[in-house]
Amino acid sequence: MPENIVPEKSIIERTVRVGSAHGLHARPAKLFVQAVSAAGIPVTIAKGSGKPVSASSILGVISLGIDHGDYVTLATDASGADANATGAVLDSLVEVLVTDHDNA
Amino acid sequence: MPDSLTTAAATASTVITGSGIGQGIAIGRVLRASDPLPEPSDAPSARTADDERARLKAAIAAVTATLRERAAATSGIATDVLEAQAMMVEDEILADEVDGRIDAGATAERSVFEAFAAFRETLIGFGGYMAERATDLDDLSQRVVAALSGVPAPGLPASDEPFVLVAHDLAPAETALLDLDKVLALITIEGGPTSHTAILAREKAIVAVVAATGASDLVDSDEVIVDAAAGTITVSPSPDEADAARIRIAERAAALAAPAAPGALADGTLIPLLANLGSADAAAAAVEAGAEGVGLFRTEFLFLDARQAPTVEEQRAHYRTLLAAFAGKKVVVRVLDAGADKPLEFLNDAHEDNPALGVRGLRALQGSEDILREQLTALAAADAETDADLWVMAPMVATVDEAAYFSGLAREYGIKTAGVMVEIPSAALIADRILAVTDFASIGTNDLTQYTLAADRLLGSVAHLQDPWHPAVLRLIGEVGSAGASAGKPVGVCGEAAADPLLALVLVGLGVQTLSMSPAALADVRASLTRVTLETARRLADAALAAVDGASARAAVAALLESRSTRTPVSNPTPISTPLNGALS
Repeated sequence: MPENIVPEKSIIERTVRVGSAHGLHARPAKLFVQAVSAAGIPVTIAKGSGKPVSASSILGVISLGIDHGDYVTLATDASGADANATGAVLDSLVEVLVTDHDNA
Repeated sequence: MPDSLTTAAATASTVITGSGIGQGIAIGRVLRASDPLPEPSDAPSARTADDERARLKAAIAAVTATLRERAAATSGIATDVLEAQAMMVEDEILADEVDGRIDAGATAERSVFEAFAAFRETLIGFGGYMAERATDLDDLSQRVVAALSGVPAPGLPASDEPFVLVAHDLAPAETALLDLDKVLALITIEGGPTSHTAILAREKAIVAVVAATGASDLVDSDEVIVDAAAGTITVSPSPDEADAARIRIAERAAALAAPAAPGALADGTLIPLLANLGSADAAAAAVEAGAEGVGLFRTEFLFLDARQAPTVEEQRAHYRTLLAAFAGKKVVVRVLDAGADKPLEFLNDAHEDNPALGVRGLRALQGSEDILREQLTALAAADAETDADLWVMAPMVATVDEAAYFSGLAREYGIKTAGVMVEIPSAALIADRILAVTDFASIGTNDLTQYTLAADRLLGSVAHLQDPWHPAVLRLIGEVGSAGASAGKPVGVCGEAAADPLLALVLVGLGVQTLSMSPAALADVRASLTRVTLETARRLADAALAAVDGASARAAVAALLESRSTRTPVSNPTPISTPLNGALS
């Protein structure tokens, strides 16, 4: 993934604790991945300091084994885009992650 | 069977045998769950990579269309699950994995199979809740491979009419989807009496015959009588056979609806009938079924799916709910029994080649004594707040040292009655010395059978050895019964053997004083006990002990019981017309 690093790249990140009681398994993962797809920008998700995977892959997200209370980091490249708008998109994704979908 | 003369041999009934679960009987038409697909061959593809990709694209489109159709037809969580499955089939990372394998020359079938298998391994590695989701991936893998191969997708049949389900074996995820109102009976070709299907059938009181190899020849809409008491499936029954079955079904329903009395033999000897419970939520239903207490409360569910042990306060609240439901009654709680088929990563995450012989039960708790201490703290606190008679026992005890260790620790926390499970032959053989350092023994027949016959209870290929009727197992139970009588200490059985109405009589004859089982089995066992005196039960036990194997032990006991009840009763005040199956009339 890092082979295309260009100097003017500006990464926006959000780190957040996952709210769903059983972590990001099938159903909460699905809601999150759908939200990412709807956002229309490439977003990665990493657990702790682990390797980031595409947040629009449901199997990728599930395979991180994210539990309730784990810290995850969302990241997107906002270069050439409106940084404020991109930040707002990430904030909306954070909202999905902190919600407890298992007890919704 | 006069019909067979007029309408040719095709209408003559045939009988398939297997292991019956419980005493139920049902009649209905067969619907088969489709068989699992074979693993796709890893031979190189004869097609070009582009051809394989085109086939794959069409298969994925077909599978996702089906899943989305079903999602649209359901609501709530089911919709989300089906939509998530459709997304998994279309997943971009999965597509990359599959693509790489197709480029390397594999068939689309093999590539999909391997790519899903890799994700499956990852999920299993997480354990607990995530590992359970691995079954979902298997299902998706099979769906795509089926679409590629042009065969129907495996899965459970659906029908508006009640049916008899015939399957190879059922995965937990499948049974969860089963509409029990429509299932008259379950027949599995594989699986043993302690398989997941058998346990489900016992819990829900579903008529079931498992390990019925001959059932592989059954086809949709065959009419069958499923007789769990006899362990038989009668195919294409004659009108007389069908009528007799319907009469028994009605008699059974009437008997089960009768109010529950305390468990007792014909001579008045009390044999308290207790419930096996896995959570306090089931307590009310057990009381309704006539449970006189709890003979085995499994505490594992508090710990499963958990990365860390629950807090003392969480445990105490749950135990309090349980004990409150049984005021004035005995409640036997087993401390955490982890390991083997119930691994918990915070207790033991080391790989073992042979987990059933590894660090499990009390051995695992000794290695994490703080967890045991917390559990005893929570139990003692809940006991102090309620009026039930709390007994606590340790699982998987092999030695006198272990029994003494547990008794000592339990006393430290003010537990009044502390005992051990007898599941290992060593504990049964020196039960007198074990009972000298503990208050009671509870025999776990599933594990005791597994260890006595060296047959993994989860392995279908040795399921025929998992038979608690085996005289070697019965002899070990008899050792514990005698030791209990000599020491004046209680001996109970809390394994599935107690739920077998005929075997229950033998257990009583071997000196077992209480029987604990799934609440659904209580009524049948209660009815069975009233048929014999203690003296008769002892004679039945002697007959079983003298047999050469489990099947002949069962046959000997059945024959003895039959000969007694067809005589004019002298010592037994209750004449029984049809001894084995008519006991409930």
